[in-house]
Amino acid sequence: MVAIRVSQLTKQFNGLVAVDNISFDIQEGEIFGLLGPNGAGKTTILSMLATILESTAGEAVVNGISIAANPDAVRKSIGIVFQDQSLDEELTAFENMDFHGRLYRIPKAVRRERISTLLELVGLADRKDDFVKTFSGGMRRRLEIARGLLHEPKVLFLDEPTLGLDPQTRNHLWEYIERLNKEKRITIILTTHYMDEADKLCGRVAIIDKGKIIAMDTPQNLKNQIGGDVVTITSTKIAALADAISGSWIKTKEQHDGFLTIHLENAETHIATIVTAAEKQNIPIAAISIHKPTLESVFLHFTGRTIREEDASNKDHMRMRARLWRGK
Amino acid sequence: MDIIATIWLRSMKRYIRSKSRIIGSLGMPVFFLVLLGFGLNAVVNIPGTEANYVGFLVPGIVAMSVLFTSVFSGIQIIWDKQFGFLKETLVAPVSRLEIMLGQTLGGATTAFIQGLLILVFSLIIGLTIVSAGGFLIAFGFMILIGIAFTSFGIAIASRMEDMHGFQLIMNFIIFPVFGLSGALFPIDTLPVWLRSLTLADPLTYGVEGIRYGLTGTSQLDPLLSFGVLTAFTVAMIGAGAHLFRKVQI
Ligand SMILES: Nc1ncnc2c1ncn2[C@@H]1O[C@H](COP(=O)(O)OP(=O)(O)OP(=O)(O)O)[C@@H](O)[C@H]1O
Ligand SMILES: [Mg+2]
Repeated sequence: MVAIRVSQLTKQFNGLVAVDNISFDIQEGEIFGLLGPNGAGKTTILSMLATILESTAGEAVVNGISIAANPDAVRKSIGIVFQDQSLDEELTAFENMDFHGRLYRIPKAVRRERISTLLELVGLADRKDDFVKTFSGGMRRRLEIARGLLHEPKVLFLDEPTLGLDPQTRNHLWEYIERLNKEKRITIILTTHYMDEADKLCGRVAIIDKGKIIAMDTPQNLKNQIGGDVVTITSTKIAALADAISGSWIKTKEQHDGFLTIHLENAETHIATIVTAAEKQNIPIAAISIHKPTLESVFLHFTGRTIREEDASNKDHMRMRARLWRGK
Repeated sequence: MDIIATIWLRSMKRYIRSKSRIIGSLGMPVFFLVLLGFGLNAVVNIPGTEANYVGFLVPGIVAMSVLFTSVFSGIQIIWDKQFGFLKETLVAPVSRLEIMLGQTLGGATTAFIQGLLILVFSLIIGLTIVSAGGFLIAFGFMILIGIAFTSFGIAIASRMEDMHGFQLIMNFIIFPVFGLSGALFPIDTLPVWLRSLTLADPLTYGVEGIRYGLTGTSQLDPLLSFGVLTAFTVAMIGAGAHLFRKVQI
């Protein structure tokens, strides 16, 4: 079953093409990642799918409902966690959840029950009556995710879910997102500019640059596409070593000063062969290492640039100013 | 209806929790009331009424309190915009009209309470109650002013990106609206050009309505005041709803 079908979706902001004629399908139960640098158009794509931004051209169907024809029905069936915080800091965690539940017209008894289950799930049950302004960034993020799930959406959009969080909190959230996907069968589409996040979490990744999809596949296939793994062997007898190792699995061998590099697929399955061959010829091996391509190298391969990682967006600065203005 | 109540409830919670704002926004009206009231009481005689100047001033200051609080409440959605909370509301499957009406009623309630606090203060400093029914009439006018000017604030906020324009709105719209309203002086004795300006100011009808309720006399027919203020309120709700529908986030 297709959860989301996007066809030739385009968005222009007075002449600037933010999203350029993109098409893709997401199946039910997938964790799908949109990976790209700042300004690639990730948020714009999510905003259009969540019907808070109108597309300039193209169509998208979410849970079988057209975003253009029936935005209200789409909104009911999705949950979204925005890139920028969208909690009311003057309310408590419970009140933020309750406000959401009322807006989605969830009956009181059901609402109460789900709120306690979800707060339990994200580890905020004991903080439910504390004001959000006393929460850390990670706690706020978890609360937002819990809130996004309150009306039991079939599809959950997460815009940069772990932006600016420490590694431990990120790991925790990743586990949690995976569990949601497996246990509740929620289709998840997330944006990120963290390579490791896309790699670890997503079944499939679309790499976005300047509003276009430049590559889309499983993280593994994307990495394989750009030439597989590299094994580097350090030894005193490079030439002899190069002769000793042979086989159809080797793509190329390169001799360097003091080390040998071999390009191949699935490096770990051939390490034993390499070591055995060297031992037979009495060639000493000082060190051996495997380099797997990362999504970073995939991005570099397709664009010739690396993804720049920036934590503080302009919006955050604006908020800071607003906060100062209020004298808080 | 549930949605409107939900949004109203949030406004109320925020209002009740912001003690400093409640006290802070009482400052100016109380200052005006005490300073002008007692400063000018002995030298000012309002023709055609037995009320002294303080008694004449109270309805104007009540209206002032309602006016300032309601405009401010409406404009607060700029903060919701900047702090991101507006997105949460707008992405829910509810209509923009419901959201706008909820905000309006929340702001109007807040403004009404602020006006009420001034009224209580006036009773403490010696305002005499003419009739209980009159109080209800005054309440009605206070609520209308509250709804009209919260809607006005929402309309303005819908077009503003941040709070930078706020000072401009205060100086060039809200202060003139207050100053020209007959809150501080009787309109009958004004020169003709000033009198027409005063009659073009919607707040005049609110002040006069409250004055009729509290003192039993006014210079404008209370039915006229009610009619004009109601029409203005409906127009402001329309403008607020229209502009809020076009808000981009
Ligand atoms: N409301 C808007 N008006 C004008 N231009 C916009 C607007 N929103 C986004 N853009 C532009 O569209 C492009 C894509 O922005 P978008 O926010 O979708 O990027 P992103 O991939 O989410 O980036 P980030 O990683 O920084 O969140 C950018 O060039 C941005 O400046
Ligand atoms: Mg973004």
